[in-house]
Amino acid sequence: MRARRRLTWGERLALGAPYAYLAVFFLAPFALIVKISLSRQALSIPPYEPVFDWAQGPAVWLDKARELGFDAWRALAADSLYLEAMGGSLAIAAASTLVAFLVGFPLALAIARSPERWRPLLVALAIAPFWTSFLIRIYAWIMILKDEGLLNHALMALGVIAAPLELFATRGAVVLGIVYSYLPFMILPLYAALDKQDAALREAAADLGASPFRVFLTVTLPLAMPGVFAGALLVFIPAVGEFVIPDLLGGSDMLMIGRQLWNEFFANRDWPTAAAVAIALLVLIVGPLTLYERGRVAGEGAP
Amino acid sequence: MSRPLRLAIIAFGFAFLYAPIALVVLYSFNASKLVTVWGGFSTRWYAALFANAQLMESAWVSFKVAFASATLATLLGTAAAFALARFGRFRSRLLFSSMIYAPLVMPEVIIGLSILLLLVALGVERGVWTVALAHATLTTCFVAVVVHARLLDFDRSLEEAAMDLGATPWTTFRTITLPLIAPSVAAGFLLAFTISLDDLVIASFTSGPGSTTLPMRIYSQVRLGVTPEINAVSTLLIGAVGGALLLVALALRPARGGRRGAGR
Repeated sequence: MRARRRLTWGERLALGAPYAYLAVFFLAPFALIVKISLSRQALSIPPYEPVFDWAQGPAVWLDKARELGFDAWRALAADSLYLEAMGGSLAIAAASTLVAFLVGFPLALAIARSPERWRPLLVALAIAPFWTSFLIRIYAWIMILKDEGLLNHALMALGVIAAPLELFATRGAVVLGIVYSYLPFMILPLYAALDKQDAALREAAADLGASPFRVFLTVTLPLAMPGVFAGALLVFIPAVGEFVIPDLLGGSDMLMIGRQLWNEFFANRDWPTAAAVAIALLVLIVGPLTLYERGRVAGEGAP
Repeated sequence: MSRPLRLAIIAFGFAFLYAPIALVVLYSFNASKLVTVWGGFSTRWYAALFANAQLMESAWVSFKVAFASATLATLLGTAAAFALARFGRFRSRLLFSSMIYAPLVMPEVIIGLSILLLLVALGVERGVWTVALAHATLTTCFVAVVVHARLLDFDRSLEEAAMDLGATPWTTFRTITLPLIAPSVAAGFLLAFTISLDDLVIASFTSGPGSTTLPMRIYSQVRLGVTPEINAVSTLLIGAVGGALLLVALALRPARGGRRGAGR
């Protein structure tokens, strides 16, 4: 790392422009979320009553502080709906992360053990679906999983089942949708960790009499743990706040926090509660997010 | 891992990844309105698609949003990548790099809601521009990551040589640095473009009347059920993104070859 130095004016502009943009559009709005969550719902446009007005001065602020609207927060704590939604999100995200690992690890390993000249192409092909429309990939699974969908139709035509299976609008469908959508996030760090492993370590273990399974368990897997960790975080974090997948593939009774936020905002037009739900969601992911950030900073320092 | 097992895993893995997408494309050419009945090859849904004025209008909105937001994101993201790669340990670097990377994993519902609250607080009327600004918040980060990666393995002796020969910093940037990082900047632009084109959640929060994007239109139709028209529009989108991806791959390839040739 180089020592601190004075930046030229051009450099200050290059730093200042994205800095200011993200501060205004990404950072500052979080303060607004907190502010709105303390407001009261109102039948106006916008549908909330501001509690604070910055122009009023400190004397009025103190008065107003006494009548802060904790309505949204009280509702959040009192209504088991929100707790269930948070629990549901965590459970679905955890299950999806596990399944994504079980599917992604063999695939990442198979790619990492392929001849060297094929690897870049295989990795690119494993990542490419991520860049095709998210909505369309979820739509494809609706087409496949519906009661009168392609999978049921094919299975019935083959005589495997007599009546359509109930696949659509289930928790399993949501997990499948999340795994399918975020699999590239799991494969990429796993592959990066597996690819740079020295084959000599495995050969040494095998030479010393370890069975292939034992080599995998004592050499390959422990060395891949940073990749496992990174992949798990990259699937888990977006899965917790996911809206589109539970909305389209889950049943109407499927409670998840991202969907709850959406419903409060668009269906109930209850902005204070939506803001409070957003903060609750942030709290849910702040732990994993900190871990991710720490891993990233460590990785940035390494080279 | 034995060879047959390896090939089997790869075959199954890629079948899982690509079969659903292939089915959407296949059934967009289905003459029958029923998803499960193959009624022969037909392009009637494409004709229906182009006759659907609403869908076409939102496709145009999406294109405008994607172009504007990707342009802004490319400028900001490239600048941010330079700051991260070149400016050493400036004050508040941790905050800056956190702001660059956090949106990559921040739930879209939070980004969307928070930007909407900002727009309302500022009294801005929502429309095409607000969606573009919101998208740039997310996609700036993707551009920064792509360009930053390229800058990290950039051979700086080329710039030093230019400066030694009397080039000003600006001339050096224009004639040496920019051409060398151009492929990654172009790749960043295309990624920003595709992400914007695909986004439903942030657009739903930040769009106003008359600025319904294509994903918003598709979403409201998908909720009502599976229709062949959606298959057709999906196929066109897959084709467009596939083309863009191919361009990204081509853009990034000469850069890699060039680096090997020049440096190692």
